[in-house]
Amino acid sequence: MFFSALNLTGGYGSVDIIHSCSFEVNKGEIVSILGPNGAGKSTAMKAMLGMLTLSKGEIEIDGKDISKLNTQNRVKLGISFVPQTKNVFTEMTVQENLEMGGFLRDSSYLETIEEIFELFPILNEKKNQIVGELSGGQRQQVAIGRALMTKPSVLMLDEPTAGVSPIVMDELFEHILKIKEKNVAILMVEQNARQALKVSDRGYVLVMGENKYSGSGKDLLNDPEVRRSFLGG
Amino acid sequence: MDFLNALVLLTNFIFVPALNYGSQLALGAIGVTLIYGVLRFANFAYGDLMAFGTMVVILITWKLQSIGIHLGPLPTALIALPFGIIAAILISLILDKVVFEYYRIKKSPPVTLIVVSLGVMFVLNGIIRIIIGTADRKFFDGQKFLMKAKQFKEITGLNEGLAIKSTQLLTIVVTIICALLLFWFLDKTKTGKSMRAYSNNEDLALLSGIDPNRVVMITWIIAATLATIAGTLYGLDKSFKPFTYFNNLLPIFAATIVGGIGNPIGAFFGGFVVAFAEISLTYAYKKFFIYILPESMEPTGLVQLLSIDYKFAVSFSILIIVLIFRPNGIFKGKVI
Repeated sequence: MFFSALNLTGGYGSVDIIHSCSFEVNKGEIVSILGPNGAGKSTAMKAMLGMLTLSKGEIEIDGKDISKLNTQNRVKLGISFVPQTKNVFTEMTVQENLEMGGFLRDSSYLETIEEIFELFPILNEKKNQIVGELSGGQRQQVAIGRALMTKPSVLMLDEPTAGVSPIVMDELFEHILKIKEKNVAILMVEQNARQALKVSDRGYVLVMGENKYSGSGKDLLNDPEVRRSFLGG
Repeated sequence: MDFLNALVLLTNFIFVPALNYGSQLALGAIGVTLIYGVLRFANFAYGDLMAFGTMVVILITWKLQSIGIHLGPLPTALIALPFGIIAAILISLILDKVVFEYYRIKKSPPVTLIVVSLGVMFVLNGIIRIIIGTADRKFFDGQKFLMKAKQFKEITGLNEGLAIKSTQLLTIVVTIICALLLFWFLDKTKTGKSMRAYSNNEDLALLSGIDPNRVVMITWIIAATLATIAGTLYGLDKSFKPFTYFNNLLPIFAATIVGGIGNPIGAFFGGFVVAFAEISLTYAYKKFFIYILPESMEPTGLVQLLSIDYKFAVSFSILIIVLIFRPNGIFKGKVI
């Protein structure tokens, strides 16, 4: 596996929120982390990003142990993250948001901006507009675009479709499928479980901070137990 | 003729002084707003940072004057200004390292940092008084007037004179240059953009690989530079007294709030709003009305809305009115 996080245990302060959770994702694969509210999905993602201290667990990218690195150094090794909220620079233009995403890169970032404009044509149209004035779906595209500016090999999305309309949600999932074609490993936390599983290669269902079910998107969709508990029958 | 006289009167006593005073406030307010935007606290030590930079400028100016170095018609203080700026930058970076950094790493709430900055203010206050004393200091030299009131009367044949001091022109020109340079820097350069990004969304800036220490350092450098320039211009125009610099903190804060705290362009215009309000509300309009009204309606009193002693009340009222009705400032910005 290109990216693996094994037996993660940890939380905020002395209380553990996730217990021995494992996640793996390969390049060109979309993997969803699902589960009820408070199951520890976002916490698990933060743990993989180095935003909280783990008492146990190993995280590897391309065979390299990154468990001890801080977030910024993980970003440098090719992990990029789109937070659920506050994931854009609202007071800056679309173009500037993308430039900030490529802050650590040399002048070649300009080509990447062009690639992102191809991926999200609406951003090219609005490139000089202040992001705070865009719609929710457009903002989300800016957020994902900013994260792609580092040319990541692993892209982590925390609820990319939270708070957008069903039509915009389908559109966003389509964009995420296009990113997958660029051979990026995509790991996302999702509330919209059914739709997320449809575009995912695999999924993990987290309950009370533990891996309860895992399998291919199709298997999970068809698993009666999973259907009953999380997909509403 | 009377109408022209009235106009010259207002230009001489309100417009020119307010433009001048407004420039000094604008520079200070930009500094305060930048510190708020990046470091997220209202820096009460800013007035004394201004005084500190100006003090170094004065000491070096005196030295230069005593060994006979002058700038002709321009004030000698301009040669000393870079040294004052460097001193202010150094003290800011030292204070950040030994005081503010600790609270930043601890992620203390803004109110703690405000109280910390009050402490820094008292310390700086003391240091300045120990070094240069509490008295009024003058360090202006060079040509005082570009146009004297008498000259203006002779040229135009009007009853009212218009005096323009060289320091007034210098203040306005320097302020415009500084403001334009700063806005260009924030808008167009990579470092400037990274400062705005950090101010807008700190966590995302860190995720994008922006180095917080560098952003903080550059903010102090810019703020200290502006503080010294504003302080020196103020001192050249009026005089240097540590206490006045501390007092100026109120109109500067008012200007910052008017412009929307965290918004440099707003702070720039806020400086002028406060200055014009302060001066136009405390001016005695008697003479103006004598010019424009028929004799029978001439006022008997001074027609002064507020005595000069209450000029700080104007800043304070602006501060409160804006906070109640437009807490975001008259431009867009952050809410405290």
